[in-house]
Amino acid sequence: MSGESTYNPSNGFTKWMDSRLPILRLAHDSFIDYPTPKNLNYWWTFGGILTFCLVTQIITGIILAMHYTPHVDFAFNSVEHIMRNVNYGWLIRYIHANGASMFFLAVYIHIFRGLYYGSYKAPREVLWILGVIIYLLMMAAAFLGYVLPWGQMSLWGATVITNLFGAIPLIGENVAIWLWGGYSIDNPTLNRFFSLHYLIPFLIFGVVILHIWALHVPGNNNPVGISVKGKQDTVPFHPYYTVKDGFALTVFIILFAYFIFFAPNVLGHADNYIQANPLVTPAHIVPEWYLLPFYAILRAVPDKLGGVALMFGAILILFLLPWLDTSKVRSARYRPLFRQFYALLVLDCLLLGYLGAQPAEGIYIVLARIGTVYYFAHFLVVLPVLGIVEKPKAVPESISEPVLGAQPAE
Amino acid sequence: MADEQNSAGDETNRRDFLYLATGAFAAIGAANIAWPLIHQMNPDASVKALASIEVDLSAIETGQSITVTWRGKPVFIRRRTQGEIAEARTVADTDLPDPQNDAERVQKDEWLVMVGICTHLGCVPLGQAGDFNGWFCPCHGSHYDTSGRIRKGPAPKNLEIPSYEFVGDSRIKIG
Repeated sequence: MSGESTYNPSNGFTKWMDSRLPILRLAHDSFIDYPTPKNLNYWWTFGGILTFCLVTQIITGIILAMHYTPHVDFAFNSVEHIMRNVNYGWLIRYIHANGASMFFLAVYIHIFRGLYYGSYKAPREVLWILGVIIYLLMMAAAFLGYVLPWGQMSLWGATVITNLFGAIPLIGENVAIWLWGGYSIDNPTLNRFFSLHYLIPFLIFGVVILHIWALHVPGNNNPVGISVKGKQDTVPFHPYYTVKDGFALTVFIILFAYFIFFAPNVLGHADNYIQANPLVTPAHIVPEWYLLPFYAILRAVPDKLGGVALMFGAILILFLLPWLDTSKVRSARYRPLFRQFYALLVLDCLLLGYLGAQPAEGIYIVLARIGTVYYFAHFLVVLPVLGIVEKPKAVPESISEPVLGAQPAE
Repeated sequence: MADEQNSAGDETNRRDFLYLATGAFAAIGAANIAWPLIHQMNPDASVKALASIEVDLSAIETGQSITVTWRGKPVFIRRRTQGEIAEARTVADTDLPDPQNDAERVQKDEWLVMVGICTHLGCVPLGQAGDFNGWFCPCHGSHYDTSGRIRKGPAPKNLEIPSYEFVGDSRIKIG
């Protein structure tokens, strides 16, 4: 996509560097003069926002690790120590805790943007799959991090999640004991979770580099969904999209700051300010909001192995999405039927999220089963069939056409 | 190209053997190195050394329960009422998700000793609650009866019975 490099080393040092490690050329070609479709809307600004989230989590996380003690006797108190004694500790911890929620908010918008505009379709399958891997790593990091404050939700959330592995036939119990380093969640578990929580962000960072690489080979998708035909369809990344991304990021940070300064605990659970107690389970165990839809799927199935399989299946099915969607038209703008099913999927995910926070009883279970069935049907039935039966609207000839009208052919 | 290959090209030769032997050697070596890196996460000596515990039952009246900690897990010890025992005995085993006779689950009818961890996803069930007057897990709605057997909900198995023995009329040793 980037074609020939337009980088011109301007002074002696950059010339010297360019013939040894052309890293400035790489940066120039990737983030300055990178040809970007000229019609990207604000839904495309979340890649930049997510990069910001990752960097924020890494920086605040490294700082928190300077003051935190990963031991069952000290972990809970060391978090309170951060909140009360460490200079600006409250700020850094609130940024980190709410940062996880903001990270997931952004990634969900990013994923649903990709679903709407068909960004997973050829030639961007690998880009999409790398994105799903990042999403999985994010969930692992968020889960591990949530255990570290060693509150009641930390302990019991970790108990529920690690017991999921116990559902594996034959070896499940040994896998759970291996993960715990004991016969229940205890100090060895907390220690290794801290170690892994520190590791995963750097894995994410590595996969993000691959994700951007895989993006820059075919180039960005765009709201029209047709490929860039030539130079007339693109603008340089800088200043056009650096400014657009910057503006969106600023708005995003205002929301972020609202949570940090005015509602820092609204996304958490009060139970997590009670120190972990292995003998008392809280009456109502709920994961963080961003995992609720999967939790609803887990509980919708009246069978342990079945519930676990469907919950993981709900994520793994995303890996197959590029091949499940049989339509050649990328953007939902030209797929009237798909748009309606897409809206249903969004509502379905929101419904499952709501149900995941409710007690597992009565009507909630019935609704969760309906929601689960639709979730899988959307990917396994609707998308393959729709590509065959749907008659898409006429797709424009060029990226400019929807705005400027049809241009006479040259 | 074909002309340049020597006539032995299609047959197994000494070089193939060397490739295979080297590869196999490297694979075995890698597995040997990997095992300590994996096994270090299993329970260590200090965790395994957790001794068995003895519990004095004399202070527990009929209809009372206590919870003790064993290997970091809660163990429920309940002195059951006659009504609870009768309830547990009247159920036909075949109706149960995990069929087990109440008599197999206790050493003395009155004393029910079991690991207080829901077999679904590991929460601690609440006592004397649920549809069967036994235990109820608030996490995902599993109901256990007065013998700790799963009756309703997502849990696949009855509450686990630890190995224990009576070391007197009113003392047990768990583990």
